[in-house]
Amino acid sequence: MPSIAKPIAQHPSLKKNNLGLTVRDYEGTMSTLCAGCGHDSITAAIVRTFWELSTPPHMIAKMSGIGCSSKTPTYFVSGAHGFNSAHGRMPAIVTGANAANRELIYIGVSGDGDSLSIGLGHLSHAIRRNVRMVYVIENNGVYGLTKGQFSASADIGSKSKRGEANRMSPIDPVMLALSLGATFVARSFSGDKEQLVPILKAAFSHRGLALIDVVSPCVTFNDHVGSTKSYLYSRQHQYKATESDFVPPASEIVAHIGSANGHISEATSVTMHDGSVVKFRALPDGYDPTDRQKVFSYLQERQGKGEVPTGLLYLDESVSDVHELNNTPDSALTSIPFEKLCPGNAELQKMLEDFR
Amino acid sequence: MKPTNVHDPDYFHKVVDCQWACPTHTNVPEYIRMIAQGRYTDAYMLNRASNVFPAILGRTCDRPCEPACRRGRLEEGKPVAICRLKRVAADNKDDISELLPAIPKVKNGKRIACIGAGPSSLTVANDLMPLGYEVVMFEKNSKPGGLMRTNIPSFRLPEGVLDEEVGNILNMGVDIRYSSPVGSLKALVNDFDAVFVGSGAPRGKNLDLPGRFETDRIHLGIDWLESIAFEHVDTIGEKVLIIGVGNTAMDCCRSSLRMGGKDIKVMARRPRAYFKASPWELEDAEEEGVEILINHAPKRFVVENGKLKGMEFERLEWDAEAKKSTVIDTIFLPADDVILAIGQDNAFPWIERDLGIEFDKWDMPVVNKVTYESSRPGIFFGGDAAWGPKNIIWAVEHGHQAAISIHNHCQGIATSERLPVGMKLIPQKMGISEWSYHNDFNPSSRQKMTHVDLVNRFKQLNVEVEIGYSAEQTAREVQRCLNCDIETVFTAKRCIECDACIDICPVLCLTIARDGDEVDLRGRLSAPAANVEQSLYASEPLPQTKRLMLKDEDVCVHCGLCAERCPTAAWDMLKIDLSIPQVGTICLQPSNPEPVHA
Ligand SMILES: Cc1cc2nc3c(=O)[nH]c(=O)nc-3n(C[C@H](O)[C@H](O)[C@H](O)COP(=O)(O)OP(=O)(O)OC[C@H]3O[C@@H](n4cnc5c(N)ncnc54)[C@H](O)[C@@H]3O)c2cc1C
Ligand SMILES: Cc1ncc(C[n+]2csc(CCOP(=O)(O)OP(=O)(O)O)c2C)c(N)n1
Ligand code: SF4
Ligand code: SF4
Ligand code: SF4
Ligand code: SF4
Ligand SMILES: [Mg+2]
Repeated sequence: MPSIAKPIAQHPSLKKNNLGLTVRDYEGTMSTLCAGCGHDSITAAIVRTFWELSTPPHMIAKMSGIGCSSKTPTYFVSGAHGFNSAHGRMPAIVTGANAANRELIYIGVSGDGDSLSIGLGHLSHAIRRNVRMVYVIENNGVYGLTKGQFSASADIGSKSKRGEANRMSPIDPVMLALSLGATFVARSFSGDKEQLVPILKAAFSHRGLALIDVVSPCVTFNDHVGSTKSYLYSRQHQYKATESDFVPPASEIVAHIGSANGHISEATSVTMHDGSVVKFRALPDGYDPTDRQKVFSYLQERQGKGEVPTGLLYLDESVSDVHELNNTPDSALTSIPFEKLCPGNAELQKMLEDFR
Repeated sequence: MKPTNVHDPDYFHKVVDCQWACPTHTNVPEYIRMIAQGRYTDAYMLNRASNVFPAILGRTCDRPCEPACRRGRLEEGKPVAICRLKRVAADNKDDISELLPAIPKVKNGKRIACIGAGPSSLTVANDLMPLGYEVVMFEKNSKPGGLMRTNIPSFRLPEGVLDEEVGNILNMGVDIRYSSPVGSLKALVNDFDAVFVGSGAPRGKNLDLPGRFETDRIHLGIDWLESIAFEHVDTIGEKVLIIGVGNTAMDCCRSSLRMGGKDIKVMARRPRAYFKASPWELEDAEEEGVEILINHAPKRFVVENGKLKGMEFERLEWDAEAKKSTVIDTIFLPADDVILAIGQDNAFPWIERDLGIEFDKWDMPVVNKVTYESSRPGIFFGGDAAWGPKNIIWAVEHGHQAAISIHNHCQGIATSERLPVGMKLIPQKMGISEWSYHNDFNPSSRQKMTHVDLVNRFKQLNVEVEIGYSAEQTAREVQRCLNCDIETVFTAKRCIECDACIDICPVLCLTIARDGDEVDLRGRLSAPAANVEQSLYASEPLPQTKRLMLKDEDVCVHCGLCAERCPTAAWDMLKIDLSIPQVGTICLQPSNPEPVHA
């Protein structure tokens, strides 16, 4: 725990976004995580993303479960709404909150323990329902908060701090999401904000559930030699399968964006529901980020070679989200008059009559 | 970019902006912390070690440290009131007589003459007396202190304050000879092992316009102030014009108000941005009702039948850079007295030109910038006598440097031989997230000095206008200091590139980036490093990616959070302790080859 709160002193050249806010206005309280935890870097990336997108803080809902990762919503956007749920239940709570108020911007922050063990069922169903939210898994291969036991994402052979090797096969959240029909699947690394921030931006424009698996080293329990989730291992094995730029609606496409061979290929831009565009550059030959089968086999092949492919890996804007699927009202339930939401006992009796 | 050499003491010294800017390199942050702890005597003595006159300077210093102060580069833009805090230390100290250096009874056999008893000569004596030198000081006036006594008015610098600090030096056993103007250097030079010329720049500049010598109501500012100090003058006419807008002009206009002047105008040739007076002196004069007129060039004195009527001025219009002017018209301003405050000249009529002391084409002695020695070995110059009028703190620094040379000269060492600056780096970590200094940022704004009200201050000439900080103001002001001497020190081999330091830094000082040249890197940082006066600290290539850790020193608030959030102590907070050599410095702490870590 730092000795002081972050000084209010600011850099004199600090810029303001469209709302007149500086990046410092998107900070939360001081982190209580271990010094050097990857999760703090992801927090910084989220802060930067919201600031760059000029998201109004009061429109954000920060959701989480239990774990070091799940503590982090406290450390960004103090002015946002938030719900710190029971272990693994975050996706269920978001589903409910989103059903009631579809106008808020949902960011769920979870851990590999929270999402892939106790919360696996909830995660699966949120994906299946395509609940509109950004779902960040801060993946460190251990239960950090409970002192470093292997989690379900630990690779076979990865060593614990005491030297013991994991022998159970891992659940890979990216493969899992692809197989469950997820519509936005990405992987990144806490130490690479240049990649993570554009992915987060694109995720907030996605009309359904955007899952981002972020390798985030646990500096205290899983940053040693023999771990496959350490800073060094991640740097040595990170393979940027795709590189993408996020172009918000109605803004010029910047000239420097280009593919490996120097020109933008039409096939690699995806227009999002809100009019923004994700531009892929430097895609491997034959890679189509909208073809689930191809992405699946590409990742399998790369991971088989011990690489950790990162980037915005799969994107499908055509699938309806939970509200379209269920034909719900267009606006938040809070904006619907009470009489309409709750027509009274007489109406209820009438309805019940129909079932008799 | 080449890795920064932090073993060069200048690197970290420069980060302590105030100390770097101070001519005598006073350890400002350390004395401010002492004040914060109520250790006023310690704070006073630490000041005295470098600037010799803390109580005098705490009121009058030109304070080059303040425009340099890091705090002034933050949003609010106001530096720490370094000078005011110096006065706090002086006002609250205990008796220091026991803490002054012991003076050997047995002398070392070397006799030094100091000409003039101003701050430069006094500093030479202060430094040489403890080493056993015999110092004979010749002073034209009947009292010591130089311009500090004769020209700085007592409403800015009370006589008691001056007497005490000057007395501390003279009481070391200086052989002071009052009312002894040196009329010939030749007559003196063979009686001494070395001579220090600290005679100042004693001649006020004249303004040779029509009418100048037809009346006795036109005064040279510095002479007039001296007459007040020695109580030869105690009145002035109601309407006074002051020509010039430097600090002497400010003292003249404010003194006029206390001598019976009612309508005081300070006449400036150029626009306000080009005034020479310090902003606080201008502010204080205007608070007292002095009017400052810009763009007026003196044309002639109007004297009728031997009586001064006033002055004619040309009103000017300047171009954008105030380089070229055009005359709009001519106006007349009535005056009972005119005071000329347009500068000072040096004059050495008492130095024979065949002594081997070279004079340049402006009739100034040629003085070595490092040794303060003239072209005749054993004769040294300092203070305003060396290169023209400066200020007290520079006079003190000249005195320190000249004392080193005099010592070398007397001990048969080349005067050019100087000890290097020494540096120690002292760990400040007391535990996890625990530091030996108060690292929190205090948002207080600069505390305003309270003044005696506008009625009471004029009752007597010597009512000190500035009251000094209250205990509450002091408590707030000390916390504004950012402890710039607690340095961020980086050890590249420990860094795992987790970004924690970069994410936590409140003022975006830190970046990990691909190598490049400095200009390129300055544009690729977390925040652009536009202030090229401030260093960019570059590390060795980092172990994992070979990128560099970069720190823009510009607005670091020394909060220590980078070091707190670093899991490997690659960043650490170490206090820089400089040893600035003086003549008494016996052995020098060597520069640390490696920064020390806890
Ligand atoms: C009006 C005015 C206000 C000022 N206010 C400030 C201020 O607020 N802060 C600041 O820092 N500086 C101020 N200064 C400048 C500062 O006072 C001088 O820079 C400083 O005093 C110079 O010190 P010095 O040792 O060179 O000589 P001086 O202080 O000039 O002393 C020289 C001494 O030598 C004596 N002397 C000269 N010739 C001979 C001789 N032939 N034989 C014997 N004795 C001789 C003189 O009588 C004098 O006492 C001010 C100057 C003026 C004119
Ligand atoms: C119902 C329940 N079961 C178990 C726990 C104990 N527990 C707390 S956090 C945690 C795992 C956290 O792991 P992860 O989500 O990966 O977070 P990390 O700390 O690694 O970021 C567990 C098992 C709990 N809090 N509640
Ligand atoms: S235990 Fe691990 S995951 Fe938890 S805060 Fe510390 S480093 Fe981060
Ligand atoms: S903040 Fe303090 S240490 Fe830093 S320059 Fe100002 S007075 Fe000096
Ligand atoms: S001490 Fe460190 S964290 Fe604090 S301002 Fe300076 S560089 Fe930034
Ligand atoms: S916090 Fe320490 S280890 Fe992490 S990047 Fe900064 S210096 Fe390197
Ligand atoms: Mg975990």
